Amino acid sequence: MTPDPAPPMIPAHDLGGASRFRCAPVDPDDDAPPDAFGQQVDALRQILARRGLMSVDELRRAIESLPEAEYHALTYYERWLRAIAMLMAEKGVVHP
Amino acid sequence: MSPGTQVRVKADFPETRGPCHIRTPHYLRGRLGVVERHLGDFPNPEDLAFARPAARVPLFHVRFDQPSLWQEGAAGDALLVEIFAHWLEPV
Repeated sequence: MTPDPAPPMIPAHDLGGASRFRCAPVDPDDDAPPDAFGQQVDALRQILARRGLMSVDELRRAIESLPEAEYHALTYYERWLRAIAMLMAEKGVVHP
Repeated sequence: MSPGTQVRVKADFPETRGPCHIRTPHYLRGRLGVVERHLGDFPNPEDLAFARPAARVPLFHVRFDQPSLWQEGAAGDALLVEIFAHWLEPV
């Protein structure tokens, strides 16, 4: 089932109560422990946080700014990695 | 805002004004609820999200009637949501 478009201006993550997601099966992976890829992404997040380059609030903000199609197409830790890359480019830590 | 105080969530959509990080669900904006309890004071995530200095803001559990929000559920079903003080207005 393809979700209907989000209400205007509401970011993709703010989907509570949205009728377009009713009757959609719950993704069991949401509560699964991270696989090897997820562990690597989380390790990267922890290192960047300890070096003061990124906070979890900044990570959330970056995840929420992903375009809706990309947000729904990516897996959980792919969203993290995409957002981490966005933040590091924004801060000039890496150059795209 | 003591427990039992009726409040209205601000009907504000900062998303229309530019990049932001808002933790108040869109479906509660403009809705009436009742303060359940004060959970503590925490740095405002709307500022933390942009690495700005963040003042500590009171955070509340606010109870909402669910059937009128989502047109489903039984009478008495409720939704309990964490909402920061600057999103709440006394009624």
